[in-house]
Amino acid sequence: MAFKQYILVCGGTGCESSNSGNLFKNLIREAEEAGVREDVQIVKTGCFGFCERGPIAKVLPDEAFYVDVKPEDAQEIISEHVVKGRAVERLLYKESESKEHARIDEISFYQKQFRVVLRNCGFINPESIDEYIARDGYAALGKVLSEMKPEDVIEELKAAGLRGRGGAGFPTWMKWNFTRQVESDVRYIVCNADEGDPGAYMDRSVLEGDPHTVLEAMTIAGYTIGAAQGYIYIRAEYPLAIERLKLAIAQAKEYGLLGEKILGSDFSFDIEIRLGAGAFVCGEETALLASIEGERGMPKPRPPFPSVKGLWGKPTVINNVETWANIPVIISRGSEWFARIGTETSKGTKVFALTGKINNSGLIEVPMGTSLRDIVYNIGGGIANGKKFKAVQTGGPSGGVITSDFLDTPIDYEHLQELGSIMGSGGMIVMDEDDCIVDVAKYYLGFTVDESCGKCAPCRVGGRKLYNILDRISRGQGSMEDIERIQTIGFSMQRASLCGLGQTAPNPVLSSYKYFQDEYLAHINEKRCPAGSCKELVTYHILPDKCIGCTLCARRCPVNAITGERKQTHVIDQDSCIKCGECYEVCKFSAVVRA
Amino acid sequence: MKMVKCNINGIPMEVPENTSIYKAALQAQVKIPTLCYHPDLPAWAACGICVAKIEGSKKMVRACATNVEENMSIITHDSELQQVRRTVIELILSTHPNDCLRCSRNGTCELQRLAAEFGIREMPFEMNVEPIPQDDSTPSIVLNPEKCVKCGRCVNVCQNVQNVYALEFLGRGDKVRMAPAGDVLLDESPCIKCGQCSAHCPVGAIFERDDTRTVWNALRDPETHCVVQVAPAVRVAIGEAFGLPPGTLTTGKIFAALRRLGFSAVFDTNFGADLTIMEEGSEFVHRFVKGKGEIPLITTCCPSWVDYLEKFYPEMIPHFSTAKSPQMMLAAMTKTYYAKQEKLDPCKIFHVSVMPCTSKKYEISRAQDMFSSGCQDIDVSITTRELARMIKSTGIDFVSLPDEEADTALGLYTGAATIFGATGGVMEAALRTATYLVTGRELAKVEFNQVRGLDGVKEATIDLDGTEVRIAVAHSISNVSRVLDKVKEAKAAGKEPPYHFIEVMACRGGCVAGGGQPYGGDDEVRKLRIAGLYQDDKDHTLRCSHHNPAVKKLYDEFLGEPLSETSHKYLHTHYTARPLYTK
Amino acid sequence: MGKMTLEDLKKLREEKRRDLQMRDTENKNIQIIVGMGTSGIAAGAKQTLDAFLDELSDQNLTNVAVKQTGSLGLDHAEPTVEVIMPDMPRVIYGRVDAEVARKIVRKHIIGKALLNGHIFDRPAADIVQGKSGKTEA
Repeated sequence: MAFKQYILVCGGTGCESSNSGNLFKNLIREAEEAGVREDVQIVKTGCFGFCERGPIAKVLPDEAFYVDVKPEDAQEIISEHVVKGRAVERLLYKESESKEHARIDEISFYQKQFRVVLRNCGFINPESIDEYIARDGYAALGKVLSEMKPEDVIEELKAAGLRGRGGAGFPTWMKWNFTRQVESDVRYIVCNADEGDPGAYMDRSVLEGDPHTVLEAMTIAGYTIGAAQGYIYIRAEYPLAIERLKLAIAQAKEYGLLGEKILGSDFSFDIEIRLGAGAFVCGEETALLASIEGERGMPKPRPPFPSVKGLWGKPTVINNVETWANIPVIISRGSEWFARIGTETSKGTKVFALTGKINNSGLIEVPMGTSLRDIVYNIGGGIANGKKFKAVQTGGPSGGVITSDFLDTPIDYEHLQELGSIMGSGGMIVMDEDDCIVDVAKYYLGFTVDESCGKCAPCRVGGRKLYNILDRISRGQGSMEDIERIQTIGFSMQRASLCGLGQTAPNPVLSSYKYFQDEYLAHINEKRCPAGSCKELVTYHILPDKCIGCTLCARRCPVNAITGERKQTHVIDQDSCIKCGECYEVCKFSAVVRA
Repeated sequence: MKMVKCNINGIPMEVPENTSIYKAALQAQVKIPTLCYHPDLPAWAACGICVAKIEGSKKMVRACATNVEENMSIITHDSELQQVRRTVIELILSTHPNDCLRCSRNGTCELQRLAAEFGIREMPFEMNVEPIPQDDSTPSIVLNPEKCVKCGRCVNVCQNVQNVYALEFLGRGDKVRMAPAGDVLLDESPCIKCGQCSAHCPVGAIFERDDTRTVWNALRDPETHCVVQVAPAVRVAIGEAFGLPPGTLTTGKIFAALRRLGFSAVFDTNFGADLTIMEEGSEFVHRFVKGKGEIPLITTCCPSWVDYLEKFYPEMIPHFSTAKSPQMMLAAMTKTYYAKQEKLDPCKIFHVSVMPCTSKKYEISRAQDMFSSGCQDIDVSITTRELARMIKSTGIDFVSLPDEEADTALGLYTGAATIFGATGGVMEAALRTATYLVTGRELAKVEFNQVRGLDGVKEATIDLDGTEVRIAVAHSISNVSRVLDKVKEAKAAGKEPPYHFIEVMACRGGCVAGGGQPYGGDDEVRKLRIAGLYQDDKDHTLRCSHHNPAVKKLYDEFLGEPLSETSHKYLHTHYTARPLYTK
Repeated sequence: MGKMTLEDLKKLREEKRRDLQMRDTENKNIQIIVGMGTSGIAAGAKQTLDAFLDELSDQNLTNVAVKQTGSLGLDHAEPTVEVIMPDMPRVIYGRVDAEVARKIVRKHIIGKALLNGHIFDRPAADIVQGKSGKTEA
């Protein structure tokens, strides 16, 4: 028995950017200096999901869950916890001030989660193929190659009910089966790792934290549909994931789990990596394939679908990272096990990036059918700073808003669509009373307008027009005709755009208008932003009965718009005011109000 | 051929498998509005105007890119579809300069027609026109990206049909624009000036350089002796600008119109074509029979093809025929033989050529050889479109003009010459004369059907009394590499060349569908225009170039014989390797 | 290691699986908590801990979590070990050396019988409740 203790340091996106890398290095150094390097294994893993409180370090088997750990804390963790056996109290996660520190399985953030896709993230060292294998890695591939025929794999997927996790929710077994049945000498497998939704990092976490699962899944698919070559199209903005994938591919090849004659069978399969170059539209499957072919990343009309005519005109299966991550576990644990999770129409789990005005923001994985309320209040811990819930935006720039009336909606493909939103790749942004819905819609439109490829007129021209309209509305220059224009242009974009980017670009504005019409009308007719967010529509005033003339605001004002004598009521000159909000922030007497 | 049953607007019908909804709708008397679709190209599916509905689905599909399936029930127009189409047109118009009255496509613009057909009366959206400077760096084509509607036709033609890749879309989203790849000027790019981009552009974003003012100025100058020549392909197409069907032979009317415009002498490029055959036919015999020079011999009457080979396959230059193109040969004779005859100062002769081609504007100053007469042999080359505009601006009732003849000195032609405008025509004309030159006997039947038609590459083996001559005809540059690669392969392996004689025309169908022809050229139109030329050939008693008495006279009185020193001086040219990008 | 066959893969999995067991916080319904306060360590608690880990490995038991804690408060009877197991009362054993540790695994955990000679304290139910907020498993 080599190690008595394990320290798992989270190397996921959030924690890494909060310096968990140095924490990891320091822990190793401290352990060496304390002479306990042989006793404690220190591992950097993938994302734990509890990003709000990162960097996170777990000490096992003691089940100590340390949060907000700084690199300097390494010394104390080693000397106190490892050497002396005493946990570092101040770093332990507490549910609330009154409660004692919680055991990992008691943490409410994790209670309702069920980690299938993220099963290895936060557990194994993603750079160790042995650790992947130890947790049943490549068992599915072994089973498929030795005991199953391609039809058997398709049957298993069908019984499991897995649907594409890229956003469309198309039954995975059907896509594979179509591709299998097209007569062709060559077929291809492609992994869409171009995760482009702003704020989405689900695929990134899988690729950084458990890269082998994608390789294993693609190899299984190659066997099932009759392909010998796979491509992973990954955005160049994910250098760590690219590095880990390259390493994983080399490791798998060394072990004979990828490449020629896998596991001694007759089946050979190879995987190559292709990098994106900064285009969101290349996450659309036909544009992605064009990009791999060396052409301008622009979508093509479908049909023909990639199953029939994909990469270089050959039948191609293209699936999203999260879809791939489900495959090995479905094969090893069985379709029956998988089908028990989720709802009737949407089986399995879904990974969401829960962000926004929420207490516990981070990466979560829940069974399909979990209610929004559970996600926002139980897992998410409710709205931060005691503010009021306003809406949840799901599906990224292609999705819509869901209001409090619908919080009990079970999350699955059908229900979200009924509400005018989409599942998308799993973005979930929680908004509170201070978020202006017009601003949110404008933000998303700004993104899609920037990322439009420009091929088709409805999206290229319509998107820009919609953005300009929202911009004017947010600056108090909107009119009722603009509402009409939004509906007309939005409808045309939905119906006549060539690809999903254009077809869904109007969703945020159309959906938010449907549920928050008053807010739009306030901007247009009253030139007022109810959330107090749109800078041009906000005015700051000083309440005479609260102002004591301390002169702090006047001194802080960057444009000298506040006048007043000491101990006299101060006044803000509206014409000079640039609405920066500095006076509002600094007044200790709540004398500055925002309207 | 498998047929598919479907239903369009309630009308049941049957169409062949893999027919698009757009094509199927034509059978139901509906021409679904489109902008980016062109029958020459695979459906690009960009504009979003050709949307249609399939019963049972809320979605709208693009009629150009969606195939009819068994039992499909299609709706081509309802109020929703019309509303979406209208909105998309309005969106496109909101980024398009409101410039119709001063635009080169006034009256022929496809966007203008859509706006008129949809009864657009107001602009509900703000105007956002991106100011982009014009590119008139080449002598042939002008790019005006401000008017570009991003239909993709030019890019697809330049890349996939012509294999030149001079044009591309740069940038993304509403900043996307059509420009030479590398964002250089067109003249600095591999552009071969074939003008196929301008022939396919639906709007005024790409058009031929307008040289009509230069011509008017010359015609107005009493000191200048204006002469003009007309290419074969012009006569079967210019009628379309006046409402005549494609393929109508209007040779006599063209000559009449030109005289009324004020030209002192009217010649026919076909005379030059007969001359070209004499020179090139002799050249072929020289190389093939006498073994002096590279085989295969490749034709060079097409200046875009010449430019392409000089840029992309310069190592094959020795295979080029040194003969000039018909227009250049005729021009050289105008300013020497004709000038002497009429006792005119050659440099006071203003020579205009009317061509179906934008590339000819480039050819006229391509090399020093084009100044063989001592002055510029051709002063201006204008396209069919430009001539049509000139005639229209005078009010001449073209259709009612009586037929006139060209001036005989350089205007008489044989049937072999006129088929130069069709793909395979040069080869056929050459074979008619080559047979005589090689075997000494005249053909009983002069038609060579193996080289006719729209197949991209036509191959044949001709038996000249026991001598086997292998020929190939290619049109549309993307088909050329097939042929050239075969030649290079055989050469590298030390084997016999697969062909002895190759004809290449850059434009699909040959010059009849050149970059300067009236708009609307597609395969149907090509076939009609080509048929017109073969009819012209049949209508002539003399159908072989070596029977042309005016040509014989020219040799007797001036040139001596084909490939003589005089012939080489005036009728032959040189080639040089050129870089793809000059920046 | 070079290219593997299915058999090689299975063997590697088995080998490495045990190494990762310790990181698994699910499926560990039995806890052995070793007091590692200063006096505990002085009395040899580290060897006790090692012995537990060895014996558990030999016996191939994967559902037992061995944890360290500070002093359990019974300094005079170190090394002290608390055993929490479903279907068995919570027990604190005292004077647990390496040999006793192994006996605990074999008799208490596998055999489900208390080692009467070493029981030092059996925490009262109300104290248990107060400490962790949960009733005894």
